[in-house]
Amino acid sequence: MPRRTSPKRPTASVTATVCFADPKRILMVQVIWDGLFVGSFYALIALGYSMVYGIIKLLNFAHGDIYMLGAFIGFAALTSLGGIPATLSIGALLVVMLLSMVLTGGAGVLIERFAYRPLRGAPRLAVLITAVGVSFSLEYGIAAIAGPNPRAFPIRLEGNVFNIIGARISLPQIILILIAGVLMILLNFYVQKTSTGRAMRSISLDRNASLLMGINVNQVISRTFFIGSALAGAAGVMAGAYYGKIDFLMGFIIGLKAFTAAVIGGIGNIKGAMLGGLVLGFVEAFGSEWFGGQWRDVFAFAVLILFLTLRPTGILGERVTERV
Amino acid sequence: MTENVDTTLAPKKVGAPQSFLSRVFESRQLGWVALGIALLAPFVIATPYALNVMTTAAIFVLLASGLNIVVGYCGLLDLGYIAFMAVGAYTSGIIAKAFELPLVFTIPAVLVMTVLAGLIIGAPTLRLRSDYLAIVTLGFGEITRITANNLTITGGPSGIFGIPGLFEVGDFDSQEPAVFYYITVLVVAAFVLAAARLGKSRLGRAWRFVREDEDAAEAMGIHTYKVKLLAYIFGAIWGGFGGILFAAHLSAVSPQSFIFLQSALVLMAVVLGGMGNMRGVVIGALVISLLPELLRDLSDYRYLAFGLLLVVVMVFRPQGFWPARGYEPERRKMEKLDPALKGAS
Repeated sequence: MPRRTSPKRPTASVTATVCFADPKRILMVQVIWDGLFVGSFYALIALGYSMVYGIIKLLNFAHGDIYMLGAFIGFAALTSLGGIPATLSIGALLVVMLLSMVLTGGAGVLIERFAYRPLRGAPRLAVLITAVGVSFSLEYGIAAIAGPNPRAFPIRLEGNVFNIIGARISLPQIILILIAGVLMILLNFYVQKTSTGRAMRSISLDRNASLLMGINVNQVISRTFFIGSALAGAAGVMAGAYYGKIDFLMGFIIGLKAFTAAVIGGIGNIKGAMLGGLVLGFVEAFGSEWFGGQWRDVFAFAVLILFLTLRPTGILGERVTERV
Repeated sequence: MTENVDTTLAPKKVGAPQSFLSRVFESRQLGWVALGIALLAPFVIATPYALNVMTTAAIFVLLASGLNIVVGYCGLLDLGYIAFMAVGAYTSGIIAKAFELPLVFTIPAVLVMTVLAGLIIGAPTLRLRSDYLAIVTLGFGEITRITANNLTITGGPSGIFGIPGLFEVGDFDSQEPAVFYYITVLVVAAFVLAAARLGKSRLGRAWRFVREDEDAAEAMGIHTYKVKLLAYIFGAIWGGFGGILFAAHLSAVSPQSFIFLQSALVLMAVVLGGMGNMRGVVIGALVISLLPELLRDLSDYRYLAFGLLLVVVMVFRPQGFWPARGYEPERRKMEKLDPALKGAS
């Protein structure tokens, strides 16, 4: 075994929400709120997983790293902007988030074009290994560019803390949940109402038939990657601004959990991904409340195994049991 | 998917004149030559550092040969393979320390624990699509590390140290670096040979059949679930033994040794060497474990290069640099006897 010192993998970067509350006064409401907050992050990332899986049956391991890439693009953009007055921080954050979404979306399209498209129709194993290679390249590419040590995000969202029926809710949390909610509603509209969305759904049902119906399959798949990656990039910027610290391995556990969320909801199903994210958020919040925060990741993983054993189609899913 | 471009079974230039290099690589004596080189290496260079590097490389070869059973032979992607090494290393370390036993006596316990771990992960997921196995093993690798980090019996983040040596007979100390190197090389050689033989057995043929076409294999009467589970469990056992050697080598085990990076490196050794071809995998493992020692200056970029290489190999040469031979040896003999069979496939 080559043993070398590697930076410690963050075990719980999006998980520190419980600790600021006084343990004695934590109420059910607080736990539910924490679950909702973390769950909306998971949902945002799970969407990209689920869309790509639904449309080309590819498990995009690099998806969590796109989230990390988004955070680093946000970091680079905010650093180059220089000092931002605190009053403008929300506006600057939104602008940077849009920029980061465009860039991560572009990265997703490029990854699809050069790594996944040549292997369409290749054995599943080859595609999975390619996805691992892409994930690895993104992680260590960023590590080589930005350095392996965690970076402090230039903007910290800080705001008033409200006390609503016993739960401590901060303004940034509300803003971030709102942004996540708006993005998800937009996505749902896009997939349900536009022609591209209809093409996506059609490809996920039957790719060859869609081709015969005159759908430009490659273009639609590119757009799917763009949207999924852009959502992950947005989540990355939001996480950076909320937690204040980013590092090149931050996407790893999140990617795993987003996949868990996608499976819980029923992979390939967009509403399922949102639902699964929230369910996983609640499950984790309650789990770490009862068993201790250090077991949070283990708990989420146990839920994944349980779901795969008992209900592999997830809450809303229909297919998946087919074997190719 | 009918447009299956899997080239691993595509007939190669059957009977075409072979180059010198490929004759060397196909030679039956190659394994013995490699073992001879490994055994003679300490006579050339025997600094403690070199012995250390060579021992870790040998353990890495063992891991790669185990993962080759799972990924190469059976086509199941295991992204948390290092977890089995962690299970083996922690089991043997904890038991050996608690009962003050030499590590060899912990082998039965390690066998039981790794098989159990393989069953826990494999049993629920192997019935599903292979993608699920990949991500569950990825999670399993992380969870094993986090669990080892959180439990007190595993020593938490600092791990366990002061693990006794493999064995001691009178003055003969197995922990002497050169002695330990020889023990490791012999054990690893035995395991690599065993894995290669397994690949040629009836079970090995079943694995390859499952890898190429699971439905056809099932239609031919292969119990695919059982066969896949067996591949997974064999892989787990190989990993567990790697863990014992690892614990004995360093006399300490800590969660930091079992991060995802290590699983990915073992996978790279298997993929780059040529999935399913034990010789290629051994060479891949040696390259992956020894190359960073030679390229210390480029350390920032080497993992990036590994990742890109993985993608490039999959896109342009999915069978690896040295792929498994696509035809059965019996057929070659027949072709030698009857040239008319050439190209009949």
